[in-house]
Amino acid sequence: MQNLRTWLPLGLLGLWAIAVLAAPLLPLSPNAIDLPGILAEPGSDSLLGNDDLGRPVLDRLLVGARTSLFVGLGVVALSSLLGVLVGGFAALAGGWVDLALVRVIDVFLAFPGILLAIALAGIMGPGIENVIIALATVGWVGYARLARAQILSLKQRDHVTAALALGARPGRILRVHLLPLAMAPLIVEATFGMAGAVIAEAGLSFLGLGVQPPDASWGSMIRDGVGYMLVAPHLVLAPGVAIVLVVLSVNLLGDGLRDRLDVRTGTD
Amino acid sequence: MFDAFAARIGSAVLVVLGVCTLVFLLIHLVPGDPVEAMLGESARPADRAAMRQALGLDRPLSEQYLTYLGRLVRLDLGQSFHYQQPVRVLLAERIPPTLELTAAALALALLLAVPLGVMAARHRGDALDSGAMSFSLLGISVPNFWLGPVLILVFSLWLGWTPVSGRDGALSLVLPALTLGTALAAVLARMVRSSVLEVLGEDYVRTARAKGLSEAAVLWRHALRNAWLPVLTLVGLQLGGLLGGAVITETVFAWPGVGSLLVEAIQSRDYPVVQACVLLISLAYVLVNTLTDLAYAWVDPRIRAG
Repeated sequence: MQNLRTWLPLGLLGLWAIAVLAAPLLPLSPNAIDLPGILAEPGSDSLLGNDDLGRPVLDRLLVGARTSLFVGLGVVALSSLLGVLVGGFAALAGGWVDLALVRVIDVFLAFPGILLAIALAGIMGPGIENVIIALATVGWVGYARLARAQILSLKQRDHVTAALALGARPGRILRVHLLPLAMAPLIVEATFGMAGAVIAEAGLSFLGLGVQPPDASWGSMIRDGVGYMLVAPHLVLAPGVAIVLVVLSVNLLGDGLRDRLDVRTGTD
Repeated sequence: MFDAFAARIGSAVLVVLGVCTLVFLLIHLVPGDPVEAMLGESARPADRAAMRQALGLDRPLSEQYLTYLGRLVRLDLGQSFHYQQPVRVLLAERIPPTLELTAAALALALLLAVPLGVMAARHRGDALDSGAMSFSLLGISVPNFWLGPVLILVFSLWLGWTPVSGRDGALSLVLPALTLGTALAAVLARMVRSSVLEVLGEDYVRTARAKGLSEAAVLWRHALRNAWLPVLTLVGLQLGGLLGGAVITETVFAWPGVGSLLVEAIQSRDYPVVQACVLLISLAYVLVNTLTDLAYAWVDPRIRAG
């Protein structure tokens, strides 16, 4: 059971990555409109059926995998970098700088995350870059709070005092002496952050605020399929199952990492 | 104790001011000219000038900000140009449905999570436990914009038990509340389980068992009562997720609440309404969290003293 809980998500995530990497090599036609094949059911002609414009669902699913992986990685990279910089700076600087930054973090935490992301993406206009910016604007606070707490407790350690006495610069102290020790909870946070970003991207695209047609995203596929649910449920089911499998795998991975790295974090 | 309360309220006031400031800045993130985005490129210059003046965008930023704060204090949220109504009137219509939906989702989440979590803790390590926790993991991983359509497909289209969308009677509330409440139920079930497990290890539980109380009495009367506090705190924290999730859930079910108003306003580029919706939902979240903290301090003497 324990093995299954590790290997199943890793296998599924591997499949996700392979799908993304292999997609450019495959003869996909995600945007090819096929009028006679409109709403075709899954079968031999089209493995997962066609959508309302006769476009193959499988091909669009694979392209959508790229969208969600790209956004997920982009959001986690951007928000963790920003969060660790702000949190680390606050903890090292202390005094009024720390106090002011903590206030800023508090203000961002006061917004329900997805709400602010929806408003930002809606106001900045659709597009994948804006989705990443909107989600990172919301996501960095979690890392900042975590990094600050970690570094506050670590900076009292002897090896940091020694490095300071030797005249090391703050940037070097953060990079060499503090971050490696503060890494474990940040990695766990980043894993759950990845799951959150995949759901959020799909959610924004579902609302029409993410990728724009004809590009495919799992979220926009669900949105487009809702109107045909009674005649062609596969349009909604296929991308939904893809999202659930990926998010479930990432969450399982996060659980496993948390146990293995022995990190105590809340579910918040 | 008064100091702790004052400090908590003071920090809440600062946060509220920060939230208002961020929401004020939102409109300045519109790429290009917000007035052109709202009216379209073909609008007459006179109309644009009128709109710019109505929104105060022709003034210096600092003056705009002060005017904005001054109007907020008077609960003047501006005018929706799309609906041709004061934003305050629009919001007043949309608040009750959102309250109804979130309250129902919260109640449903607790109703699902408490028995599930207690059962999992009671049968720790059994099939029941892993079953409940698998359900919880699944619940966290299923996005509401997919769960909603799937529930509609099964219960409205196939079985015909519930309306597809809209707000018409108690039956129309069932699917939206289930859609919104499932993720919260999943998170809460985990918390209830770990909280009950922790309490079950306490001395007074051993005492209760030693004096011959039935397991059910130990569980419900002693363990659960003390396991409540962390669960309630989590409810306060997760309320943000619930309010945010309501935006998507309301859109899925065409539920006429603040969330669907926000999405409509984004689509029609009705920026004053966008700002007001974000402000309202966030301030509600801050308010509930502050009240949770204060109530927590009130209930638990250890915190009250600290």
